[in-house]
Amino acid sequence: MKSHTISILVENRPGVLSRVAGLFTRRGFNIESLAVGTCEEPGMSRITAVVIADDEIIEQVKKQLNKLINVIKVIDITDTEHVAREIALIKVAAEPGASRAEVMQLADNFRARIIDVGTRSVILEMTGDTSKIDALVQLLCPYGIKELVRTGKIAMPRGSKTISPKK
Amino acid sequence: MKSGAKILIESLLHEGVDTIFGYPGGTVLPIYDELYDSPLRHILVRHEQAAVHAADGYARASGRVGVCLATSGPGACNLVTGIATAYMDSVPLVAITGQVPTTLLGNDAFQESDITGITLPITKHSYLVNKASELRSIVHEAFYIAGTGRMGPVLIDLPKDVQTDLVADTEPVPDKIVIRGYQPTVQGHPKQIERAVSMITAAERPVIYAGGGVIASGGSAELIRLAETQMIPVTTTLMALGAIPAHHPMNLGMLGMHGTQSANYAVTECDLLIAVGARFDDRVTGRLESFAPNAQIIHIDIDPAEIGKNKPVTLPIVGDVKQVLTEINLKLTENRVGGSWNDRLAVWKQQSIPSGGKDNGLLLPQFVVKTLSDILGDEGVIVTEVGQNQMWAAQYYAFSRPRQWITSGGLGTMGYGFPAAIGASMACPDKTVVDIAGDGSIQMNIQELATVVQFNIPVKIMILNNQYLGMVRQWQELFYDRRYSYTEMSAVDFVAIAKAYGVPGICVTDPADVKDAIQQSLDYDGPFLLDFRIEREENVMPMVPAGAAINEMILEDKR
Repeated sequence: MKSHTISILVENRPGVLSRVAGLFTRRGFNIESLAVGTCEEPGMSRITAVVIADDEIIEQVKKQLNKLINVIKVIDITDTEHVAREIALIKVAAEPGASRAEVMQLADNFRARIIDVGTRSVILEMTGDTSKIDALVQLLCPYGIKELVRTGKIAMPRGSKTISPKK
Repeated sequence: MKSGAKILIESLLHEGVDTIFGYPGGTVLPIYDELYDSPLRHILVRHEQAAVHAADGYARASGRVGVCLATSGPGACNLVTGIATAYMDSVPLVAITGQVPTTLLGNDAFQESDITGITLPITKHSYLVNKASELRSIVHEAFYIAGTGRMGPVLIDLPKDVQTDLVADTEPVPDKIVIRGYQPTVQGHPKQIERAVSMITAAERPVIYAGGGVIASGGSAELIRLAETQMIPVTTTLMALGAIPAHHPMNLGMLGMHGTQSANYAVTECDLLIAVGARFDDRVTGRLESFAPNAQIIHIDIDPAEIGKNKPVTLPIVGDVKQVLTEINLKLTENRVGGSWNDRLAVWKQQSIPSGGKDNGLLLPQFVVKTLSDILGDEGVIVTEVGQNQMWAAQYYAFSRPRQWITSGGLGTMGYGFPAAIGASMACPDKTVVDIAGDGSIQMNIQELATVVQFNIPVKIMILNNQYLGMVRQWQELFYDRRYSYTEMSAVDFVAIAKAYGVPGICVTDPADVKDAIQQSLDYDGPFLLDFRIEREENVMPMVPAGAAINEMILEDKR
């Protein structure tokens, strides 16, 4: 089983997210992450789903997604040269003093930004690929992570290639 | 200015709808008011589930999109089983439900249910209509989606205020519509078709495994042509009975759990399996690894998601069955003569002619179905419930044409047959429609006796009454040491029930009376009920136990 990044172009119609998510549930496909937002085409949204499954299962996922009327295009970009990013907001305990300095140093090393400073905690904004975020989260654990929010992965092929449908 | 309800009725007429099946309620009052003086024929059922099954039966019998109508909340929820039935068997349906006004949506209003949400996994598509001005194009799209590609049910949920809103009359929608996310592949890929032709030419032991897609696409003649010119034996699934006549020399009969020996042996031994509009269902394949173990597989289907879903295939062809078969036939220029493979099959076929039950003076269900088949033949449209009655009907009625056989295959819905027979009868008024039922299933929608009386729908009900949930009892006998846990049903006087509704009936207990009773029911101008008190523990044979290979059949009752 491997992790597949699937990009799904959908029409922005009521219930489209339920249809996509429901299909994953019904057919027993496991979603690692799901990111949704508008895209370059008006009235459309792009969903990036990360699914961990065998190749045959992914084939079924794609075919079943394609059967949904509001789904315009489905592609698995896992094996295409692509860039992928995810954003995490991490609220980490950082008492003034040594531990706060260490947290800020870690953030600096990972090129994470400090976007909020409280009396006993700071919020870090980290953009990167999933493994880099995982690494930072792990390093911050000993200080005490109070809250963690991640957007899920979004991805795009490199170069002039696009994942938009042919017009 | 026109109301949404008026636009709906006009749109239905525009789609060529002549009959709808429905049940009124609070949130569909504006639609019913429009129906009152509309040319649309509306059949008032006695339970919404019957409305959707009847629309399904209408669709299967006619090949057109069936339409049903129900109110919000409980009405809509009562459609669910029927929508799932149609979804599993790819039946084109448009189900219209009322909904609470948009201003109350999501407020847990009286008789509100999220029917588009509930039916999400069992519809091909669905709409919650927000504006009356969108209604015309939504209805057109719904019919297009339901009736093209791999067909299926589409739901239109219509809030009450959308029905009453007045909007400027919109232009009639153009006939040709383009839906960006829905473009089914109809033409098979020419390269794939060429490869199929060479595989067929090279095969020594080919078998065609025909499914419901042959009926849906209207490809029966093309299927028979392929079988005849290439001398390829054909086995059909439950859904494809009638795609090739029962007595056709190339027909091996049904395959799978209650299939014929010849069909199951042929699939096991073949070197090329040509799957046509079939989906490798578990009731067909038995243990997957042992299904066509020595064969290359060509799979022709309109739905790409069916290809390779259960069984890897050698050559996929995505496209409409009729079109693809036509192309293949065109390219197969040389006819083939039968060889040793055909001889072997002829021997198996000889051995697997069903006995029709033992002739020991008992009233046997096989004999009842066979007698009906002999009398009614091509003229009948046979609809069934689910269970033993369904399998005996499948095994012992000699179907000769497509759409002569209507049954809930995928979902296996008890209570389907009687209302579906009502729909079939509305679609084919010149044919005799018979519901072959069990005493269990008929009681799941027996209230429709009132409908057939009110609208004088001449459906003949033949109950194979063994006072058991027969198929479950059979499994309990074979696999649960005859512990008949809650499968025995107390005796019901069905003739008296029918009489109370105004339907004449006869109870038959003696095999000598079967023929006369059937004849009498067929001669009667109107609905009729026959209650056959059959041998109680008769089993459906042959049988492949669940999880076994299809050539590991139990052939006869041990008793």
